[in-house]
Amino acid sequence: MSEEDFVTLENVAVTYGRKAETSVTALDETNLRIGRGDFIALVGPSGCGKSTILKLVGGLIPASRGYVYVAGRELGAEPVRIGIAFQNPTMLPWLKIRDNVMLPLKIVPPFRAEYRAKKDSEFKDRADALLAQVGLRGFGDKYPWQLSGGMLQRASLCRALVHDPQLLLLDEPFGALDQFTREELWAIMQELWIARKPTVILVTHDLREAGYLANRIAVMRARPGRIIDDSVVPFPRPRSMDMIYDPSFVTLTQRLRELIVEVRGDNVPQTRATVEAAA
Amino acid sequence: MMNSEFGRKLASAAFIIGLFVVWEALCLLFHVSDVILPRPSQIFVTLWDKFPALWPHTLQTLYTTMVGFVGGVVIGIMIGIIIGWSKLAYDVAYPLLVGFSSIPKVAVVPIFVLYFGSGTVPAVLTALIMSIFPVVVNVATGLATTEPELEDVMKALKATKFDILWNVGLPRAMPYFFASLKVAITLAFVGSVISETVASNRGIGNMMMIASASFDVPLVYAGLFILAVLGVALYAIFSLVEGRVTGWAHRKTEFAMGA
Ligand SMILES: Nc1ncnc2c1ncn2[C@@H]1O[C@H](COP(=O)(O)OP(=O)(O)OP(=O)(O)O)[C@@H](O)[C@H]1O
Ligand SMILES: [Mg+2]
Repeated sequence: MSEEDFVTLENVAVTYGRKAETSVTALDETNLRIGRGDFIALVGPSGCGKSTILKLVGGLIPASRGYVYVAGRELGAEPVRIGIAFQNPTMLPWLKIRDNVMLPLKIVPPFRAEYRAKKDSEFKDRADALLAQVGLRGFGDKYPWQLSGGMLQRASLCRALVHDPQLLLLDEPFGALDQFTREELWAIMQELWIARKPTVILVTHDLREAGYLANRIAVMRARPGRIIDDSVVPFPRPRSMDMIYDPSFVTLTQRLRELIVEVRGDNVPQTRATVEAAA
Repeated sequence: MMNSEFGRKLASAAFIIGLFVVWEALCLLFHVSDVILPRPSQIFVTLWDKFPALWPHTLQTLYTTMVGFVGGVVIGIMIGIIIGWSKLAYDVAYPLLVGFSSIPKVAVVPIFVLYFGSGTVPAVLTALIMSIFPVVVNVATGLATTEPELEDVMKALKATKFDILWNVGLPRAMPYFFASLKVAITLAFVGSVISETVASNRGIGNMMMIASASFDVPLVYAGLFILAVLGVALYAIFSLVEGRVTGWAHRKTEFAMGA
């Protein structure tokens, strides 16, 4: 990488469960370096530890062995602003969409101290501008139950971005959406990334999504979870949907697909990743 | 089509009135003595005639119920938050609470009488004891049902435990809390009346005891009627409050009403 590393995993292992006979080694001997402002996608069969890496980097779970550094310091030492979004948008049902989006501003310094003073002016405009960017102009005053699943997912992206995070963690955020909404959100996501350049880790089952959005794609295998391949996506930005039909893009996704099929074995039923990659 | 909500209320009212009419008719038909079962009309006459004497008793019962209820709710909220917030407190206190709640609350009345004498204090305390438990359980449940993903979002933002409690846990627990209020007020009322029947010289419960000792059966029934009306009214008030405050938890009906 040209720039300094922003996220570093060094020989990290994660074991869930205390008792030896019931414990699961979700991650083993994992090494990963992500440069500042880079965009990396994590792909791999179900249960290989993608979400575990995300939780580790987000400081939600500790490493059983090894080291996790974020912004050059061991995790937790440096107050890094982190944004996170999941497949499930998890809005707070008693708050309007705008207030949901502003939630991180209420929690995260330095915004936290100014929240009361600015929530009706500067912060409100900030949330509304983001909502407009993802196609939700005028929906700030609605409540979550008044929006569709795709709209909620857009709002969830806004919530992940509103406090200008240095690190953005996305766990299949487009997974539950229809194909057209998903492709629209890819374009929006790319725009947002180009404009703000946060460091992004995107977990996805969709190889085209990974190829369209990421600078790098890391492929993982399960039991024990490990990174077995790390490829650069060499296409220039901004990328368009046409790129997906480019022969060299197809070659890349084909190769990744074969890797995943190989590591997941044949005895498991087909996952979406392979079905979609084949389509 | 007719407004079905209104129709249902009308049917419900008609049913209650019909019940009284049938009761009245059967008593007249079989010449039931008012010492055995007074007719509704006799009960209403008694209510009317004895109203000046009944009113202070009604106020007393309402007073002990409300004071006990408010105390129980405040204590219940505090215990509920502690239990819902801290895993340790949950593990330590929950078995104790379950054991405590399975004691028939009437059994504590003599203990209160022992320490505080008969009268207002044991009635308030019994009402308080009765109303604590539903509040504790519901508040703790509300706090414990935060979605793990939401908690992850908050933790990734480095939210403190208090931030999570204040912004997510407590609002989430609100519908549970308000649902528990209508249960708690009913129980407080029961506790109050029980205590009055056992150890008091005031209140509806006490009045009914005295009336039954002198075989004034219509007066006993008049007391019962007052209790029924109060019980329903208290429940209705807190159901209404619940609906108002936590509309978001019942969003479908609200949405259907075009809110
Ligand atoms: N809280 C937990 N307790 C015990 N085991 C867990 C826990 N979370 C995950 N695991 C296990 O760790 C392994 C990796 O899980 P992880 O959620 O990271 O997979 P994933 O790659 O995100 O899968 P998917 O693509 O299905 O989301 C799995 O075998 C899973 O069963
Ligand atoms: Mg996952």
